[in-house]
Amino acid sequence: MTPDALPLLVAVPLVAAGVALLPVRGGTGARALLMTLLTANLAAAVALVAATRDSSVLVHQVGGWDAGIAIPLAADALSALVMTVAALLTLACSAFALASGTGRLRLFPPFVLVLTAGVNGALLTADLFNLFVFIEVMLLPSYGLLVLARERRGTDASVRGSRLYVVFNLVVSTVLLAGVALTYGVTGTVNLAALAGAATDDPVVAAAVGMCLVALAMKAAVVPVHGWLARAYPSTSPAVTALFSGLHTKVAIYAIYRVYAVVFEGDQRYLWIGLLVFSATMVVGVLGAAGEQRMRSVLAFHMVSQIGYILLGVALFTPAGLTAGIFYLLHHMVVKASLFLSTGAIETRYGTDVLDDLRPRVRREPVLAAAFGVAALSLAGLPPFSGFVAKLSLVMAALDAGQVAVVVAALAVSLVTLLSMLKLVNAVFAPPLVSGAAAPVPVRADDRPAGDGTAGGAARGTARGDGGDGSGGGVGVATRTATARTSEVTWTRRSRAALAAPAVALAAVTVVLGLGAQGLLDLAGVAADGLLDTTTYVTAVTGR
Amino acid sequence: MTLALTVGALTAGAVHLLLQRDLLRVVLGAVLLSHAVNLLLFASGGVLRRDEPLGADLDPATTADPLPQAFVLTAIVIAFAITIYLLVLAVTGRRQDVDGSDDDGREEAA
Repeated sequence: MTPDALPLLVAVPLVAAGVALLPVRGGTGARALLMTLLTANLAAAVALVAATRDSSVLVHQVGGWDAGIAIPLAADALSALVMTVAALLTLACSAFALASGTGRLRLFPPFVLVLTAGVNGALLTADLFNLFVFIEVMLLPSYGLLVLARERRGTDASVRGSRLYVVFNLVVSTVLLAGVALTYGVTGTVNLAALAGAATDDPVVAAAVGMCLVALAMKAAVVPVHGWLARAYPSTSPAVTALFSGLHTKVAIYAIYRVYAVVFEGDQRYLWIGLLVFSATMVVGVLGAAGEQRMRSVLAFHMVSQIGYILLGVALFTPAGLTAGIFYLLHHMVVKASLFLSTGAIETRYGTDVLDDLRPRVRREPVLAAAFGVAALSLAGLPPFSGFVAKLSLVMAALDAGQVAVVVAALAVSLVTLLSMLKLVNAVFAPPLVSGAAAPVPVRADDRPAGDGTAGGAARGTARGDGGDGSGGGVGVATRTATARTSEVTWTRRSRAALAAPAVALAAVTVVLGLGAQGLLDLAGVAADGLLDTTTYVTAVTGR
Repeated sequence: MTLALTVGALTAGAVHLLLQRDLLRVVLGAVLLSHAVNLLLFASGGVLRRDEPLGADLDPATTADPLPQAFVLTAIVIAFAITIYLLVLAVTGRRQDVDGSDDDGREEAA
């Protein structure tokens, strides 16, 4: 992959999004285009990893202007790795969305394509202001997905979630922009490479760029500011929650790693703030998870907790710490998406994610239970899954740095993680085996939460790509009519397989990453070296 | 100094409005906040050079820095787009301002 191909990673999805918007009846074409492009995106990201694994940095100055004047797009091992995993997740979650019905929204393919363009842009850019712009490019289609995804029009719950999410993100983006303004005011540039090391010399620059870091930490749902995520993420459809779980917060994490490494050059003076805040994130997140009663709320709080783990890597800022943090980031994106997809498949089939309501209804789901079990054990950090490698290397790195309190917190949090995962397993994936216990109640067709049914709503549903096709494979959509409301949803073998496959595939990835961790650890090590010594990155971007 | 005072006043108003219950007031607060940050961006280009960067022969000593102006122009349209979307949300979810019914999220599954 040549550096001059980098803008294509942003341009192609944007053009395709425009094409996917063309009003073609049926929408099959747009969905085929979406899946083709997401596959191509994954292939391009893998090619990028291959091109940067020798710790080289690919740089393209957009428009061919001089370095420092043009917007630089730069790819090193870290951005290539994050982009690969993000591309994999987008592909898996889109496949799940198509199987579960959300993907049949007419606007789904263009929204996801713009989202992909924004993610790629935010991962590639080496310029603070354009980071802000690409984050907005990423967020705007997300707002649409968030509110539309549930039953093709906003419901009370998804509108409530959107109001919180949009207001929060607007305010935080404005804070990020204020940080960018202050950075420009005190240094005269927003080019990351030109800012290299600026914050170590001058506390005023440190304060300005620190404001950007605070805004990014808020976007990553670090603890004092985590409530929005736990409220907003469960409010939309399962497919969209799974999609968001690997993109927005993780791009913010990537940006924190990048900015702290380049602009602060890993300044040891401010690391204690990170250790304190991120440890608190681990603990508070997992306690919130243990107290929740809905599948997706549990998983959302777990996300907060795991974000604390990932960011610990940058708060240690040692070779081992950064490698562990990057490995944890990549592992966690896969595992969290797998968890959201397997519980999402349950929710799509049984119509609710409240544990007490699910317990008597769920029948045996061996495939989903296996996928969930693997991902849950990986999240808690048990061998032989990738979570074990991630936690072990993080704990070793923290011990090396002498942070015993952090190690104790990290290990204790793992126990509580396991506890709340077992709660989910008990309620949903392991129905009582004793014959005296309540037998599963047959699933009814009216498995949509009240208020979601189109019959009661005054608002018109958003146009769908194609109507319910009348077959049982239509994921319960075809059973909307009054007569069908009382009949049991019939599930074809195909629709079951399509719902379960993405979760199973990602669970398989975590097994592979656990058994063959060395390959990814080496790549994470290369990425960490790029953060520890930013000379290659800075020289490549400034062109000197 | 005038710019700093204005930014401060706008931010104070924004924080006050953002903490109100009604989403419409929150939207107004967000608008004030983005005004404040746009002014901050202008200030970051230096406040003493006031000439517009238009024309052929520009004197760098008196012409305003065009880069922050481009930043502001971009930020304005982004904030404008999100504000429009927020206003639609303010209308669709109007009931939630009044009854404030929430909050364990279970009623939707009842």
